Amino acid sequence: MVTIDDYGKYETAWCPGCGNFSISEAVKKALVERQLAPHQVLFVSGIGQAAKAPHYLNTNLFNGLHGRSLPVATGVKLANPGLTVLVESGDGCNYGEGGNHLLAVIRRNVDLTLLVHNNQVYGLTKGQASPTSAGGFVTKAQPLGVPSEPFNPIAVAVAMRAGFVARAFSGRIEHLSEMIQQGIAHRGFALIDVLQPCVSFNKVNTFAWYDKRCYALPHDYEPDDWESAMKVACEWGDKIPIGVIYRNNRPSFESHFNVLKDGPLVSRKVDKTRLKDIMKAYG
Amino acid sequence: MRDRDLNILIGGEAGQGLVTVGQILSKSLVRKGYSIVVTQSYQSRIRGGHNSFAIRVGVDEVIAPRKSVDLLVALNGDTVIQHRDHLSPEGLVILDDSFGLSGDSFLKVPFSELSEKRFSNTVAIGVAGAIIGLDENLMAGTLDYYFGKKGASLVEKNRDALVRAVKWATENSISGFMLPDFSNPPRRLMMNGNEAISLGALTSGLRFCAFYPMTPSTSIVLNLAGHAERAGIIVEQAEDEIAAINMAVGASFAGAPSMVATSGGGFALMVEGVSLAAMTETPIVIVVAQRPGPATGLPTRTEQADLEFVLHSGHGEFPRAIFSPGTIEECFHLTRRAFELAERYQGPVFLLTDQFLADSYRAVTPFGIDQLSSIRAGEQASETSNYARYAITENGISPRLLPGMTEHLVVADSDEHTEEGHITEDLTMRKRMVEKRRRKERGMRSEVVPPDLVGEEDADLLLLSWGSSKGAVTEAASLMRSDGLNASTLHFSQIWPLVPENFMDILRQAEKVICIESNATGQFARLIRRETGFNIEEKVLRYDGLPLTPEYILREMNR
Repeated sequence: MVTIDDYGKYETAWCPGCGNFSISEAVKKALVERQLAPHQVLFVSGIGQAAKAPHYLNTNLFNGLHGRSLPVATGVKLANPGLTVLVESGDGCNYGEGGNHLLAVIRRNVDLTLLVHNNQVYGLTKGQASPTSAGGFVTKAQPLGVPSEPFNPIAVAVAMRAGFVARAFSGRIEHLSEMIQQGIAHRGFALIDVLQPCVSFNKVNTFAWYDKRCYALPHDYEPDDWESAMKVACEWGDKIPIGVIYRNNRPSFESHFNVLKDGPLVSRKVDKTRLKDIMKAYG
Repeated sequence: MRDRDLNILIGGEAGQGLVTVGQILSKSLVRKGYSIVVTQSYQSRIRGGHNSFAIRVGVDEVIAPRKSVDLLVALNGDTVIQHRDHLSPEGLVILDDSFGLSGDSFLKVPFSELSEKRFSNTVAIGVAGAIIGLDENLMAGTLDYYFGKKGASLVEKNRDALVRAVKWATENSISGFMLPDFSNPPRRLMMNGNEAISLGALTSGLRFCAFYPMTPSTSIVLNLAGHAERAGIIVEQAEDEIAAINMAVGASFAGAPSMVATSGGGFALMVEGVSLAAMTETPIVIVVAQRPGPATGLPTRTEQADLEFVLHSGHGEFPRAIFSPGTIEECFHLTRRAFELAERYQGPVFLLTDQFLADSYRAVTPFGIDQLSSIRAGEQASETSNYARYAITENGISPRLLPGMTEHLVVADSDEHTEEGHITEDLTMRKRMVEKRRRKERGMRSEVVPPDLVGEEDADLLLLSWGSSKGAVTEAASLMRSDGLNASTLHFSQIWPLVPENFMDILRQAEKVICIESNATGQFARLIRRETGFNIEEKVLRYDGLPLTPEYILREMNR
């Protein structure tokens, strides 16, 4: 029986009131709900305040470079598909520095669950605009306001027919945890964009700002319907939908490799007979 | 000499199939037991331009390309114009009589009478092959090897063209190019540098390779991809080189021995990942097949100008090893060595090759796969103790466990970390971790491949070289010795770490030392000076995109 204590308690480097605390709590709940033991799970993270989250969790972890957690996670999953792999990092990491990898991982549909802590600002580097910052958002680096339009990760993921696309809000822990559980259960790539306040550097998109706008999609909403999902994906402003926005059953990336049907790569031995055959082809 | 050592050059434009002509002739020669060195020179385009495929063939072992051409097989008129000046005395040009070119040494072949136009390459093979004494059945067998999959009717028509070409050549009795037969031909494989690297990697237990295509490295991964199902590996084309190296690091962390292959520009993108592999202590083999830079440079030509780049790649300080194979056999064996070191010392290990070696087909004795030792996945931790991924040890090597394979947790971090792998800013720990990582270099130094000395230890003239120029430099020195000069060569197939005790005596004893490199600044000579204080004034450098040849080296030295 896996309990919440198995995932440990740690001191953090986060500001009091940071949305990261609730996200971490929701993550633990989800892992326990799914009865995953710490050694069965592997987190991959990038760099940023969000990327530190898995350090505060008693589990396997590869904390890599800024923006590069998705390719690392793809390599891990191909080497050992038996691991439950989660990727946790911020909006700068996944939507900015690693943008190309996000597109590629959606195309591949690798069986990963990506949790993006999206606070619409760079925290660790102290308050510059992020790819999801609203146009006109004023920072020390963008004193005249952000001149670009914000990136809409949900719309991009739905447009690319990602396997599982959800949005959650750190202020609604139960709902967020439910989204994470569904993302883990989904056999293929799952994007969970988690809105969260940054108490130190984003004075516009505060807890209250999100809390007022976020509404759960109704029970009769059909996430299998791509066209209505595209509409919901573009909703942003006075009302922000949260929940599973789009879902399909595309085969996962790993399922395309016959090689993996004989067991994970990590357990394979060199087959000299086959190699001698291969060498003969050069004769 | 021409009865034992011939240089055949096939020229034409891209898209004409000259590589296939070259491969079929080369394979026929190798199957007959001859030694070959192929030099491929091609332009960065799909159609048109001028490309060449040179086969130097020897009854005895040949080790380097040669510039002067004995048989010029011209698939278009331009080839005659481009290479006529390189024709050796009594050399022969084989060309289509429809080109309307005439000259003393021209063998004008009535291609259109011998076959349909689409089989004219087979005619070229038949005529050239017959002139050098290749048996019709042998060539037919090689044709089948390349065209067998394309259907019986095509095979039949190719054979027909071959028979007519051989008959025509025999009737025209061209003499002076016939290579002697072997009574007992050795069994050989035909393999280029990239193929040998992929085979070496497979025998090392490679399980995962990610790449983004870049000439001249691409054929390494194409080879692996072709064998992936049978060998039980995964080859994935990544969205960019950054993804490629990060995927490989991820797969390796999880326990699948991994490799990436690229060239200068692609490697520039991978560099942060090199540093990541070093910090997270994740084994990875990185092949950098050099081509001339800067930037896009000459995409399909050769150079050795990325030594300093690879040596210094990655921010921060960490141990690494760099191998620079000089032959096809070394491509195979040093790839295995690279995997061994990567697994043992848990970090990045490089193979530095170049376009010349990557594409250079040679005859190699089959590798004794049964006798190869298996490469173990480094030191493993026992499963009973408390596990710390970065446990501080005497030799700097922290025993590994693989995530998910035991109940122990494995934590790796690109930040400075504790022994348990968690992010830290404890500066005492920082210092201990730097020292732990550095201690791994001591181990690497204790098992470097020493440089290879050919000739006397106290040479009047010592030629220093590294990487793909091994054959050219060795042959140049051998020619000098035939002229009575006391010349030796000292060739480095591992250029980092450098262990001066392995070679300083030889450098000091030599009357004169010349460093020979395919770059404009003498990077290896500079590295030797930096590491030993020994200054090498004289250099033979080549940076026009073509490989070093014995003729080039001798000419430059006599300037």
